[in-house]
This record gives sequence, C-alpha cells and structure tokens, in this order.
Amino acid sequence: MSITVKIPAQLRAATGGDGEIEVEGSTVGEALDAVFDQHDGLRERITQDGDLRRFVNVYVSGEDIRFQDGLDTAVNDGDEVTILPAVAGG
Amino acid sequence: MAVESLKCKECGEAYPLEASFVCEQCFGPLEVSYDFSGLDAEEARRKIQAGSRGIWRYSDFLPFDGRPGDPLEPGLTPLIRADRLADRLGLGELWIKNDAANPTHSFKDRVVAVAVAKAKELGFETVACASTGNLANAVAAHSAAAGLDSYVFVPADLEEQKLLATGIYGTNLVGIRGTYDDVNRLCTELSQTHPWAFVNVNLRPYYSEGSKTLAFETIEQLGWNLPDRIVGPIASGSMFTKLAKGIREWLDVGLVEGELPIFCGAQADGCSPVATAFAEGWEVCKPERQPDTIAKSLAIGDPADGPYALELARKTGGAIESVSDDEIRAGIKLLAETTGVFTETAGGVTIAVLTKLAEAGRIGSDEQVVTYITGEGLKTLDAARESFQMHEIEPTLDAFEAEFAGVGASA
Repeated sequence: MSITVKIPAQLRAATGGDGEIEVEGSTVGEALDAVFDQHDGLRERITQDGDLRRFVNVYVSGEDIRFQDGLDTAVNDGDEVTILPAVAGG
Repeated sequence: MAVESLKCKECGEAYPLEASFVCEQCFGPLEVSYDFSGLDAEEARRKIQAGSRGIWRYSDFLPFDGRPGDPLEPGLTPLIRADRLADRLGLGELWIKNDAANPTHSFKDRVVAVAVAKAKELGFETVACASTGNLANAVAAHSAAAGLDSYVFVPADLEEQKLLATGIYGTNLVGIRGTYDDVNRLCTELSQTHPWAFVNVNLRPYYSEGSKTLAFETIEQLGWNLPDRIVGPIASGSMFTKLAKGIREWLDVGLVEGELPIFCGAQADGCSPVATAFAEGWEVCKPERQPDTIAKSLAIGDPADGPYALELARKTGGAIESVSDDEIRAGIKLLAETTGVFTETAGGVTIAVLTKLAEAGRIGSDEQVVTYITGEGLKTLDAARESFQMHEIEPTLDAFEAEFAGVGASA
C-alpha cells in the first residue's frame, strides 16, 4: 500500500530536502521504518528504544496516532502520515 | 551582551538566535540561553528600578540586545495583599498577582510583546498564533500597534467576548472547527509553508521568555524576596515553567536569595492531562482528546510543556490539582467577593485549586503564597451568570421598602 510520509522542515536535512516520501506499509510503524531505511540518521532523531521520542507527534490523515493504536495504527492506500514537532502552542 | 543562543532543553545542542523552536537532533524544545557572567547584581537592580513602568525594565533578562521599541508595553500589574481571602481559606499571607491589568487584559500581553518585538527584529511582516482566546486578543492588538499583519487561529466555539475582543483589532480571525489541539496542529503545519512569525510555534522560545517577567515583578513587588509558594494555572505549562526559569536566573545572578518556591499548578477536570499525570506518577501526559470545560483558555489537551511542569511541581514539593466547573464558578465568586478582582474562568480554576489545597491543610499558615490571576472576568461572562440575583423594583420608596424591609432605615 502506498503511503505518503510528510517530513517536517526540521528533519529535511536528513532527507536531502525531501518534504514528502512515498513508501509501502500497512501500519504507521512499517511506513516509518521504510522511511528510516531510505534515509540514514532519521531513526535516531525521532525514535528512542523503538518508540517515538516524547516531543514527536504523528498523525494519520490528521488524527493523532496516540488516540489510535500508536505505531501499530493501520494505514490504507493513499493515506498521509504526518510527522510534526510536539512543542508548539500554549 | 547577555543573550547567547537557543539551546535544546533535552540534549543541550545550541542554535543561532533565529525563528526556530525544535532541536534537529532530538526534536526537543529550544529555549533562550544567556550568559550573565559579567552582570553585577547591584547595577542590574538599579537599572531595573530606573527602567520603564512595564516588562521592558527587565530587558537585560529578555532575548534582545538593548530595549526594543514597544508601543503597547504590558507589565507591572498589581500584586494585591488578599487578607480577606486568606481569612476565608485559613491561610497566613496571601497575595494575588492580578495580571488582568494588562493592555488586552491577560498575561498573554507579556509573551506577545516579546514575540512581536522579536518578529520585527527578524524581519517578519506577518504575525500569527494558535490560541484559546487570550493570546488571540494579544496578538491582534500588539500586531496592530506594531503595524504588522496578523492571522489568529482559534477554535470556532470560543467565548463570544474573546472573539469580539480579537476581531476588533483588524486581524484575520480564523475560527477552526475543532479543538485547540487541532488548531495547534494546523498552525504547526502552516509554519512549515508560510513565512510568518507564529508566536507560539516558530517564535515560541522567545515568546515564552515573556512569562519570566511575571516572576521578576513578583520578586520586586515583594521587596526583592521570593514567596514560599506559587499557585498558578496550567494550560500548556509554558507560563508555569518559565516562572521557575526567571526565578532561577535571578537566583543565579544574585538579584534574589533563597530557593525555588513550592510550585502548585491548577487545571480543570474537563481538561486535566497534567493533573492526571501528576496523580498517576507519570513523567509524560496522556493527551486529552475532547476537552470539555468552561475554562476554555486552559483547554489544551496535549500540553507541550507538560513533562516539565510535572518535574517542577514534584521537585519543589508542590502539586498539580484539578477542579470541576462548579468549583471554578465558585472560585471566581470567592475571589470577586473577597478581593474585588473579577477573573475569567482560568482564574476561577486557580482560586478553586488554592481553596482545595488550603482546605486539605496542605498549605502552612506561616507560608507566604502568591497566586497568579492571568485573565479578566469580562471575557468569560457566562461563568458569572446565575451566580446572584438582581432585585428589580419600581422606582418608588414603597417598592424599595417592600423589597428590603427595614434595611438601613434611620428614621
């Protein structure tokens, strides 16, 4: 299944400037793993011990994955997975 | 020159003083770091005392070289000794910092004044924000005063008073059909595609520095002393934690002596991710998906500084508690009846938590307590509805006597 992962500006140095990456996967975790495989250095920046770092938010089509099944959240063909910094607002 | 760089609060990586807010290494929040090594405390104190009648008297502790121009300077709001409220609660020395006495009637004027000055310095022409209401008022007003365009994003179901007190300044007011956290996510995304100064996104490290001035003023107004305990509201946790940052900076440079006060935070039951995490012993907050409280200005389900607020309350022996909507209304009334200060729902939350802690005997009668009232009652009038009854009578003496039989009659 083709998933679009949207990369925030703060991580684009690690993706060669790419803001959107097309990958295959059936869960958020699989899609992110596919992105990490393509771009060295990305994994350490947003994950720690296999989990998302605490200041990273991930959304599937606008919905926070913490309200779903976390990295196990299912994704469907054409879905957008958006990575955003969590330290905004207030 | 005191202001040095932006620094990641998690890993310590340093960044130049630009419009950025996230560490590229670990995604942690950036904050402003200073070098105060050359600063003489006595000289700094004299400079403050001879300074302006607002937050810019603390320019040496804000992220600028020198004092920026500001047509709408906030700050130096009253610190009121609240003996009647202390008596009602069985407390010793209680002070109310009434930060509704700012240009747009909330503490947000402090953070926005700093952010808008920084936006100008960095060459931005448009200012924006994600707001629960008070910030919207402040961004619209300060942008207007500075001659900058602005876009203000809020949940569309905000209190009418807060919408009216935003739109009037000629901003682009955008009501989002969703929660504050939806608004915040959208603004974080927009900050990636629009060259705007989002005060609480890409300018957040500077913006949040403005909250330190609340601590500086408290210290100065207490005769250069620290209180024993601080009670304040928590939405994102930014103000709560920056109060401590300001105090630490002044302790470090020797402008005040002592130790960090006990920090107590206040939330509403209908949106209490930080209070819940505190009670459960968690280090991070579980976000609240659908906040449901009359304290809309505190309705942030995913608080960015939650982990730091938790750490601060625990480290200082404080607490983070939550209260019901009825307790919030009662808190507003209690403050009004005992101090003459009419606060908005966030202030009701704070007074209700103060009441809860006092009634549980968790505040010593020998303590000096400062409570932060961050916003104005006229902005959330619905909370005052049905809290009293008006006597409606005909314009005659008989009608008055019938209503108030014998009251105050002298002959």
